[in-house]
Amino acid sequence: MFALETAAHPENLRRIAIDPVTRVEGHGKVTLLLDENNKVHQVRLHIVEFRGFEKFIEGRPYWEVPVTVQRLCGICPVSHHLAAVKAMDQIAGYGPLTPTAEKLRRLMHYGQMVQSHAVHFFHLASPDILLGFDSDFTRRNIVGVALDHPEIAKQGVLLRKYGQEVIRHTAGKRVHGTGAIPGGMNKALSLAERDEMAKDIDQMIAWSLGAVHMVKQLHETNPGFYNVFGEFRSNMMGLVRPDGALDFYHGALRAVDADGGTIFDQVDYATYQQVLEEEIKPWSYMKFPHIKSLGAENGWYKVGPLGRVQAASFLSTPLAEAERQAMMALGGGKPVHGTLMYHWARLIEVVHAAEMIRDLLNDPEILGLDLMADKGPRRHEAVGVIEAPRGTLFHHYRVDDDDLVTYCNLIVSTTNNNQAMNEAVRTVARQYLDGRVITEGLLNHIECAIRAYDPCLSCATHALGKMPMTVELVDPAGQVISSLSKG
Amino acid sequence: MNAPHQIARKLRVATTSLSGCFGCHMSLLDIDERLLELAHLVEFDRSPITDIKHCGPCDIGLVEGGVCNAENVHVLRELRENCKVLVALGACAVNGGLPAQRNNLDINQCLSQVYRNADGVVQVPNDPELPLLLDKVYPINEIVRVDYFLPGCPPSGDTIWKFLTDLLTGRTPRIEHPLLKFD
Repeated sequence: MFALETAAHPENLRRIAIDPVTRVEGHGKVTLLLDENNKVHQVRLHIVEFRGFEKFIEGRPYWEVPVTVQRLCGICPVSHHLAAVKAMDQIAGYGPLTPTAEKLRRLMHYGQMVQSHAVHFFHLASPDILLGFDSDFTRRNIVGVALDHPEIAKQGVLLRKYGQEVIRHTAGKRVHGTGAIPGGMNKALSLAERDEMAKDIDQMIAWSLGAVHMVKQLHETNPGFYNVFGEFRSNMMGLVRPDGALDFYHGALRAVDADGGTIFDQVDYATYQQVLEEEIKPWSYMKFPHIKSLGAENGWYKVGPLGRVQAASFLSTPLAEAERQAMMALGGGKPVHGTLMYHWARLIEVVHAAEMIRDLLNDPEILGLDLMADKGPRRHEAVGVIEAPRGTLFHHYRVDDDDLVTYCNLIVSTTNNNQAMNEAVRTVARQYLDGRVITEGLLNHIECAIRAYDPCLSCATHALGKMPMTVELVDPAGQVISSLSKG
Repeated sequence: MNAPHQIARKLRVATTSLSGCFGCHMSLLDIDERLLELAHLVEFDRSPITDIKHCGPCDIGLVEGGVCNAENVHVLRELRENCKVLVALGACAVNGGLPAQRNNLDINQCLSQVYRNADGVVQVPNDPELPLLLDKVYPINEIVRVDYFLPGCPPSGDTIWKFLTDLLTGRTPRIEHPLLKFD
C-alpha cells in the first residue's frame, strides 16, 4: 500500500535497527531492511511501548481522571489534564467557564507550549542542527551544545524554566499538577505570582523571537537542504477559531490538503468519529488515523506545529504572525512540507504562546476570584479536544450514574502523526541511505526526521501486546518469580 | 543549595526511562540553570538525552519507570551491571506507579478491546519487532538490586539536585521535608 512499508521478500534482506531512538520522548525503534547493494526495501517506525490507560481508567471516578491521565506523559501533562477536564466539565453538567477560569487554563496551556517546545528544540533537537547531523555522537547532546554555544543553551534552559514556572503558578506543580477541576480552576492567581511572571515575559518574547531568527539564518545558509530534507506532501489538521485563527486551547477542526485547499472546516470536535478513523497495523502498537472521506491511502495527515500553523488562516498575535508569513513565503502561496520546517514552525508557536501569556498577564480578569461555572444537568458522554504541543489531542469518555468511567478513547497527538512520521523516515532513507554504506551519521539522519515531529511515544500507545511465547521473570538470584505462556 | 566542592574526576551517569512517562527526566531538567553546573561535574552515558544507545561503565544509574516488557528487563540489567550505584527515580520505579493499575486486568481482554477495528474484527499487533510484555508492571527492585529509592511523581528538580549533589560529593544522601514528597 505505502512505498517501503513492506518488503516483498524480507527473508533475503539485512536488518538494521535504530534501537532505541534517542532524544525523543518515550520508546520507539526504526528497522530497515536492505539488500546486498544497500538498497532500502523496508523502513518502519515501531512504537514498542505499552500503556493500558484507556482500559484501567474504566471504573475510576470521573474527577480523578484529569489528574491521573497526566501520567501518560511527563513532557505534556498539561495537555492531557486540560483535554480530560474539558470533557469532565460537560459530564459534571457545568455550563460555560467563568472568564477567569478559562484565562487561567489558557495561561497554563501557553506556559506548557513554551516549556514543551523549548525542551524539544533546545534540549533534544538542537544538537543535530547546531553541531551537525553526523557530528561526534558522544557530544551530540545538550551538554555539547552548552559547551559550543553557551548563550543559546542558557536561553533554552531559561525559556523552558519560564514555561515550567507558569505551569507551577497555575497548576501547583511543574509536572503533574492539579490546577483544573471539572467546572473551572481550584486556585486563583495572586498578585505576587502574576507580577513574578510579568517581569520576565518581555525577555522571553525576545529570546523566542531570537530562536526563530536563528533557525531562519540556518535556513538561509543552506535552503536546498532545509527545504527538501524529508519532504513529502500531505494533508494537515488543527483547531481554529470561527475566524480561522489558530487556537491552542479551544476551537473547531479544520483539515486542508497539501496545497492548502479545504477538506473540512469548523467541524465540531465532539463529532470527530464521523470524520476520522484509525487503522491497525501488526508491526506497531500505535494506530494509524486518517480522514474517513479520503480513505487510509490518501486521508492521512500531519498535525503539530507545521500542520496547524498552515491549516489555520492566521495567528492572532502580531510578532508570531509576521514570522509565520515569512516562513509561508518560501512556499510561494502554497504550504511548505520539508520535515525540518517543523522546527521553524515550532519556534514561531513559542513566540505566539509567549505573546498570549503577556496579554493574559496584562488582563485584569486573570486575577479574578470567580473560578467555578454554574452547574446544570449531568451528561453521560463528552469529548474534550485541545491543541497539545505535538498536535490535536482527543479525549472521549462515558461516565455512568455512579460517577464511574465506563469508556475511554484517546487519540493522542503523536498518533495523528504516525503515517507522516513513517513517510518522513522512508523519504530520508530514500534520499540519504539508498545504496550507501550505512554509518552512524547516516542513521542519525533518520532520527533527525523523527525528532522534527517531536513525537511523544509515551503518549502514543494505550494497548497491550500479544505474547506468542513464554516470558519468565527472574529475580537477581536467578529464581523464576513468574512466567507466562501464550499461544 | 549545597554547591559541590571540586571533585577529582567527572563521574559518569546513565539514565533510562523504562515504563515511565518521562516526567522524572523532565524533573531532572527542572534543575534549570544548575544543569550547566551539573555538566561540569558529570558526563552522561546512555540516556534519552544523549545518542549513546548502550550503557558503558558508570558511577551512577538513574532509572525512571517500572518494568513492563522484556526489553525493560534487558535495559535494566544492562544498567545494573554497569553502574556502581543504581537509583529508582520516582514512583513507577519505586513501586510500579500508575501504570501498575493494569496489574489486575486480563491482558487478552484489553487487547481485544483496544485492537478491534471498525468492523469488529480483532487485529492485535504481533510483529517480532515488538518486545514481549510481562503479565504485570514490576517495580525495578524485583528485577535487580537497588541502592537508593527516590519517591515522588515526579520527585522535584530540587529534590533530584539535593540527592545528586549529596551523592557526587560523597555524602550519604538525605532527603527530608519539604523535598521528600510522594505525589
